[in-house]
This record gives sequence, C-alpha cells and structure tokens, in this order.
Amino acid sequence: MSASRLTTGGSDIDRGRPLSFTFDGSRVEGFAGDTIASALLASGQAVVGRSFKYHRPRGIWGSGVEEPNALVDVESAAGRVPNARATTVQATDGIRVTSVNASPTAENDRNAVLDRFARFLPAAFYYKTFMWPDWHLFEPRIRAMAGLGIVDSDWKPRQVSDQVNHHCDVLVVGAGPAGLAAAASAAAAGHSVVLADDGAHPGGSLRHRVGEVDGVEGRAWVEATVARLKGAGQLMLSETAAFGLYDHNLVALNQRHADGRPDTLWRVRPRRIVLATGAIERPVPFANNDLPGILSADAALSYLRRHGVLVGREIVVATNNDSAYEPASALAAAGASVTVVDCRRAGDAQAKGGIRVLAGRTITAARGRNAVQGVLLDDGTTLGVDCVLVSGGWTPTVHLFSQAKGKLAWSDQLAAFIPGELIDGIGVAGAVAGTVSLSEALASGAAAPGDFGSSSAAPRGTGAEATLGVVSLWPNPKAKGRVWIDYQSDVTAKDVELAARENFVSVEHLKRYTTLGMATDQGKTSNLNGLALLADITGRGIAEVGTTTYRPPFTPVPFASLAGSRRASMHAPVRRLPLEANHRAAGAVFQEYGGWLRPAYYGGGEAGASIEDEARRARQSVALFDGSTLGKIEVVGPRAAEFVDFIYYNTMSTLKPGHCRYGFMLSENGVVFDDGVLVRLDEHRFIVSCSSSHVAAVHARLEEWRQDRFGREAVYIHNATAQYATLTVSGPNARQVVEALDLGAALDDASLPHMAIAAGRFAGDEVRIARVSFTGDRSYEISIRADRAEALWARMRQEGRAFDAVLLGLESLMILRAEKGYIVIGKDTDGTTMPHDLGVAGPRTKRAGEFVGKRSLFTEAGNSADRNQLVGLAVREGEAPLATGAHGVEKRDGRLRSIGFVTSSYQSPTLGRPVALALIERGAARHGETIDVQHLGVVRQATIVAPCAFDPEGRRLHA
Amino acid sequence: MQLFPCPFCGPREESEFHYGGEAGNLRPDGSEVTAERWAGYLHMRDNPKGPTREIWVHLTCGEFFAMSRDSVNHKVSGSTALGEAERGA
Repeated sequence: MSASRLTTGGSDIDRGRPLSFTFDGSRVEGFAGDTIASALLASGQAVVGRSFKYHRPRGIWGSGVEEPNALVDVESAAGRVPNARATTVQATDGIRVTSVNASPTAENDRNAVLDRFARFLPAAFYYKTFMWPDWHLFEPRIRAMAGLGIVDSDWKPRQVSDQVNHHCDVLVVGAGPAGLAAAASAAAAGHSVVLADDGAHPGGSLRHRVGEVDGVEGRAWVEATVARLKGAGQLMLSETAAFGLYDHNLVALNQRHADGRPDTLWRVRPRRIVLATGAIERPVPFANNDLPGILSADAALSYLRRHGVLVGREIVVATNNDSAYEPASALAAAGASVTVVDCRRAGDAQAKGGIRVLAGRTITAARGRNAVQGVLLDDGTTLGVDCVLVSGGWTPTVHLFSQAKGKLAWSDQLAAFIPGELIDGIGVAGAVAGTVSLSEALASGAAAPGDFGSSSAAPRGTGAEATLGVVSLWPNPKAKGRVWIDYQSDVTAKDVELAARENFVSVEHLKRYTTLGMATDQGKTSNLNGLALLADITGRGIAEVGTTTYRPPFTPVPFASLAGSRRASMHAPVRRLPLEANHRAAGAVFQEYGGWLRPAYYGGGEAGASIEDEARRARQSVALFDGSTLGKIEVVGPRAAEFVDFIYYNTMSTLKPGHCRYGFMLSENGVVFDDGVLVRLDEHRFIVSCSSSHVAAVHARLEEWRQDRFGREAVYIHNATAQYATLTVSGPNARQVVEALDLGAALDDASLPHMAIAAGRFAGDEVRIARVSFTGDRSYEISIRADRAEALWARMRQEGRAFDAVLLGLESLMILRAEKGYIVIGKDTDGTTMPHDLGVAGPRTKRAGEFVGKRSLFTEAGNSADRNQLVGLAVREGEAPLATGAHGVEKRDGRLRSIGFVTSSYQSPTLGRPVALALIERGAARHGETIDVQHLGVVRQATIVAPCAFDPEGRRLHA
Repeated sequence: MQLFPCPFCGPREESEFHYGGEAGNLRPDGSEVTAERWAGYLHMRDNPKGPTREIWVHLTCGEFFAMSRDSVNHKVSGSTALGEAERGA
C-alpha cells in the first residue's frame, strides 16, 4: 500500500496547523482536522493492528464508527483510552498511540506465527480443546495472546463525567442531509430540536460526496443549514453518539470532547425521535479480503476529499453497485490508476475517462503479506495493485430503530434490511430508511418529524442524483481460501460453515459459537454477510434467517461516562450521624451498618480489646451511646390506635399514654419483619421506633396499609427519624448522670418507671426521655432536635466523667444485647422465623382482632412442632466462642442433617465466657440438651440454654 | 427507562417508583379464611401478557396508586390515586 498525502485538497484539514504524534513509538505527521486514521494513512502506515485471534496484519478499513480493524490505545494528558477507533478520534499533537493485540508493534508482531496454525484453530477450537481438565488452567495464557487494548489499572478520573438530562420536542440522530432536513423542518415549525452526530462535523455523506441542494453546492448548504439552526438557538451536538434507545423515547448519547474533558452522558427525552443514522458499506467476500490496503470505497473517497489522502496508486475497485463509481472516478482524477471489477453483467454507464471497467467479473482472491499486492479474478487473470477498494452494498444503520423494538423488512432492491412498520414517536429518514438519491433523502428527512414538522417545501437535490443498482454478492460457501466475514472477531466463511454443520443454525447461536458480530464493533460491517452466508448454507432466505438482537450500546461507551458522579463514596452514599465529627474527635472508628456510618468502637486501639473494654465498663458504671439512627416514625390520627393494633403482632391500643411497649411487626406471611418499641404520646399519637436499617421499609409498609386499608383521613404518618438525635445513657449509674443534665423531669422510678417516657428541656429545647433498654441495664434514651444534639452530648460526656462513663460503639452494644438474649431482626431471625419461635406466643393464641400476618401463623408450617426456635448456646468451660453461622447437626437415618445455626456469638467480658444465640429445631423444649455444632469440618459440643445469659431476672433494668 | 404518571406528581421516570403488586388482590380478613384462599392472596398472581393493572408507589411523594399498562409494549394507559377515577397517561 502506498497511501500518501496529496499536496492540495482535504476540506477537514488545516495545512497551516501541522501536528505530530507517535504510533507504536514512531513519529507520525498530520494536520489539525486529521483523525488518527487519516494521519496514519497519509504517512503510509499499512498495518495498524493485529487481529484478535490469528494475529493477522490489519489495516484501516473504514472512516467512521464501523471501523473493525484500527483499534488503538490512546494516551494523552487526559489519560489512557483503550480500544479507541482510529477513524473517529481526532489527532492531537503529542498523543501516544499504540496498536492493540500486537507486540512489540503492529508491523512486527511476534505472535504473527499463530496465523500459520489457523487451520487447526477453527471456531470453538478453544472450547473444544481446553475442556479437559479445566478451561481455567488454560484461560490466562490464551487470554494474554488474544484480546484487545490494555486498560490502565491505575486510572483515576481527573474530573467527573457530566451527565445531562434534557428534554426537547424533536431529537434528530445523524446530521447528514436527511437529518439536517428533519431538524430544519422541525425547527421551522417552532419546535425545540437537538441534532446529534457522532462525527466531528455535520454533513454526513455531503462532506465527501458530490451533491447540490436547492441550487447550492452540498457542503455550502450544510453550513448554511447548521448556521440557521444554531442561530435559532437549537442544540447541535457533534462527536456525540446516540448509543441506546430505551422505553418511552429515552435516548442515551455519549459526547466526546476534543479538549480532554471526560465524555458527557446525555439522557434526552424528546417527544419525537428522527433516526437519520445512515448506512454502512459492506466488505466484498473473496479470499484474503482482510489484507491491509483493502478498504471501503466510500472511506477512500472520504479520505481523499476530507483529508487530502490518496489511499493508493494502483487501485482495483470491487463492487456490486453504482456507489463505488464516484470514488473510482475521484481517485483516478487524483492521479491513481483505477480498474473497477463490477460483478454486474451490464457494467456501468457512468464509467468515464480514466477508469477501466471489467464488467461481470469478481475478485476471487487477494495476495500479499503485510499489504495487498495483487488480485486474482474469476477469469484467472491477475492484477498488480497496491490498494483494493470494496463496496458490497450498503447496510442501513437500523440499530436504534431495532432497539426500539421496530420490526425490520427485507428489501431485495437494496439487498438489506430496512425499518418495516413504523413505531409511534419515531421517524426514520435517509439511507437508514432505504433512500438512495439525495432528493429522496432530503424529502424523507423533511417528512420524518411528522406532526412536529413544517409544511413548507422540503429541500431538493438539484444536481446529478445517485443510483444504486445493487445485486447480490454474498459469500460463497464453496469458495476456496480464507474469506473473512468478521474482521474484528476473526471469523471466516469456513467458520460459519462449520457452525452450520454442527447445527448452530440460529443466528443467535451462530454469533455465540463463532463470535461473529461480537466485540467492540458488534459486526457493523460483517453481520449481513454472515447471515446471508448462513442462509445460503441452510437453504433459507435471508429474511427467514433474520438478524441477531440489536442491543445498546451502538458504540462503546466509557464506564466513567455511565457512572458520572456515582463513584467511590457517591456510588452508594452512606447516611451520617449529626454528631459524626464529635465521634471522630473522640477517636471513633466508623463502619457502615445498614446504610448508616456509625462508630464501631472508640479509641483507635486494637479493635478486639477496645470492644471488650467498652462492653465491660458499660456494666460497671455508665455508658453513653449515640442511637440517633433508631427509627422514629410518628403515627397520628383519630384511628391511630386501631392502626397500630393492625400493624403490630402485639396489642398496642391498651398502652397508656406516656408509656412504651416492645413488639413485633410481621409480614403477611407471618414472618417477623421488624421489632421495636412503640411509644404512645397521647390518645392519638404514637411513635414507631424501628430498627435503624429498616426505617425506610417500615415507613413504606405503614404508608401502604394506611393508604390501602385505613384511608388518608384515618391516620397520618411522618418519618421523623432524621429530625431527632437520640443519645442514650445506660448502666448502673445512668440515673445519676441524667439527673446531672438537669432536664427538669422527675426521674424517680415512680414518675419514670421502665418503659415510660417523660418530657424535659435541655438549654431551652424540648427533649423526650424514654426508659427503654437494649443493654439490659437501666437506660435513658434522650431525643433532641438533631441540630441541638451537640451541646447535649458534650454535657453528657462532661457529667459522665465523674462516673468513668465509657463511649459505646456498635460492636460492644452487640455484645451487651447478646448477653441479654435481645435479638437483631435479620441476624437472629431468618425468613422463616415467626413470633412464637422467639418465645412470644401470647398474641398468637389470645389476640382476637385482625393484624398483619395473622392467618399465616396458623398454616401447616406455622403450626409445625419442628420449627427453629431461638435459644442460647453454652460451650464448655474455657472454650472459645462458637462461630457465627455454625450449624447444629444430628444424625438421622445415618445421615448428618442441620438442626439450625448459630446467629450471634461473642466473648462476654462481664461473664468471662462466650455467649451465643441460635435458631435450633424445637429448641424451646430442648434446654439442657447438648448438641453437636459443626463449622468448617470441626464439630464441637454446645448445650442449649435460655437466650438470656445475663441477669435473667431483669433486676438491673430497675437497679 | 419508562415514564409513569404519578396521579399526584405527573410523569416521572420509573426509577422513582416501586412495584406494589397486581391490583385487585384483596386481603381476606379473619381466622376463618381457608388455607387455599390465603395462599392465593399471598402467592398466586396472574402475571398477564398484555394489559395489566398494577399497584405502584411513587417513592418521592410516598403515594400508592393503581396504574394500567401493557406488559408487552409498555404503553401506559393511565393511573389513579387509590379510590379515584382513572386519569389519562
């Protein structure tokens, strides 16, 4: 191949602004306006990559998003982008470009030898050969030899990708003649328009093909139309690929920026979509049709007219249609010797001076090593060439239409699938809709906005009009040599034939078996040739074979663009305590618990020792704990008492104002869903205190029952969890500390007994004091406006000093509650645990009224005697704690079976021995029994005991 | 990404909603309900192909409502607040 830059021409480039970059370490010269591909061609670089499987040398094939071969890794100041298509990335000064899957360079690749073994490496070779003993033994080495670009594992975003949500009346995808006509029509009708194009400049085919619109040269019409749209305030997005079309007209687009900014993701929801996505030229099947120097005829014309690059000197053009003649003539006019090999009998009337036409002929094979050097025709003649241009017809870019569930129709006239029945809200225009001439494209564009278009006349093509006259030129299953169907996935006609022989006759199976149509280009150039070949082999029509499913993305999209700001700590943001800074100052080590970032333990020392120390000291004098995450959902209204009776397993309406009651909420299937304390403030006002991690779910459940069963007027529900901080004082000396806070509430046990509340004030703010306990010691939960909590916490710590108060993290609290046998829902219960499994059978047997889950408690399963029930487990003296998750096991009929499992297990520093909770089959009736407990193959003995291991009489609650 | 019409807030993206079950699955009250009837309420669903009426909750406003839509072509024909007449999508 002897591509070179001409001394003149090239509408996209600015010869006054030269630039240079490196490719595989060598310097490449170019101009502003070059793509990486055009600069590589201009410098005569024939081999730009190695193929995925066989490491065949490959050159540039196309000039846009369809490019299957020229994938490169691009390093710039903005970072490294793997697998970029050289045809769509603008060349910039100083970037480092490397070929993919080649080492050390694309030109001299040490794995090139693989190709000599190609006949032993057909489709599915790896699957078949490396099955025994285990594919995973071979996978790393095979993956290292195959594959594409290299991901920068140290990559960090310098800047977060923007994500834009946008609404408009009409979104036009594709700024070729049809798209421009559509945008102009919608804009003229007074609608807001977004016009997006994946190229750097609008114009589509008018940028490199001759055309005349309304008496104006095509490119001038493009500039004028764009200027008019911009002037009217319409949004033009260049280098923006619409890659996904989703339900209800949502279109996702990825916009690249030339200035190194990360890509922007657009989510546009137009009232109408116009798809003017064009068509992609197909390769022509002949042996060795993948050699560097064989490229799309249309791409060659584009490089000539847009970049002033002549792709070869001795050129053969292989075609089955009229569209290849403009490139042929143009290249001849630029100084190349051009021969057209046209498979059609009639030859072509357009053939003009300078080009030779061989009508009724086809190429059967190309020859050459790292570049094409000659072609063999079906009549046995050979031609020496340095470049072969191919045009096997045009495949409409129906991807987005198909993503919208649009049905395709086969057109014999175009030898392609085009959109069939149209879909509401979506118009198609131009080549994607099957138009050939400029006039048709413009007319279809102007009509595509439908009700959103203007009634004024469509722009008209006024010059010579394009024709197509395409005939079938599909791969021949009996052809000799290696005819490449899919360049990027290294699939040949023989692979398709093999797949069919092995009965993979569905296109979806063909794709997965041979990888035809996979990888980054998703078969944009190869799919139709592949399925036409399959149709021929299996004796079916192409329409009958059908296409594989088109799925987003149309072109590769960086994860950074899809993620936007949702990364690192923003990926799943944690909820934070109002007093986080104070806890940090006190040395708290934070962990996430149920979505909340909470102190795990304090002091920053060794975790185990710190936690044990907190748990021990909490029992000795007094402990302070931030329980702000506890749910505080207010239930207010005339039927509030009736409502909580229905919601809870326990009767709640008998609760006296000013008091609290512990209870369970069940699911409708009778399983314990949440537990907690219900506070009754007055006749019609309750506070549901639910588990910290369950607040949203409990709130949603309350709302559902309220709206569905009770009605809006009966009760009102307000989640006030985040509005209050709840600070807890617990321990034998808790009352003295709370008294010192001077809250103005009577704290004697007659005025404020266990499970009662009192109102007080702190520094002018109302506080609510609740005597409820999760530690088993006398406790006061003091709730205060979240924004005033800091002073109260400081005061508590100050008053606590005299009592050697300890700060409790969540880990030590877990020990304290486990010592008492207090459960955590979801940890000490599972998806089968009913309230009577937890020792609370009263309401089940006694309650008359209806409540959530009631009927389920009396099903066959609910009545079963073999249920797993909550128990404590004691280990032998001196032994270590059981593993949480260890299974109780027993032998029955000679087989080991599980009889339940350990749910919580800790070393209790106060008791000086381990404590454990477990769900054990018939456990409630088995206290005193010793069972086997197995974990990771080790079997230990444990004795079933009551869940409460510490102060079973509950004296300390009142001490 | 579908657009659902919240009867209170208007059209919003589907990620703002949670599915609440098929509409018309009335809860049988009382201890006398047969096991079959109760199991039907808990577990048996029609899962229709085509037109369907469902309960959804709009998480951002907290309101449950009934929505009529087509499970095949995803066309939404309307929604109602619980206990109100259907309004157009």
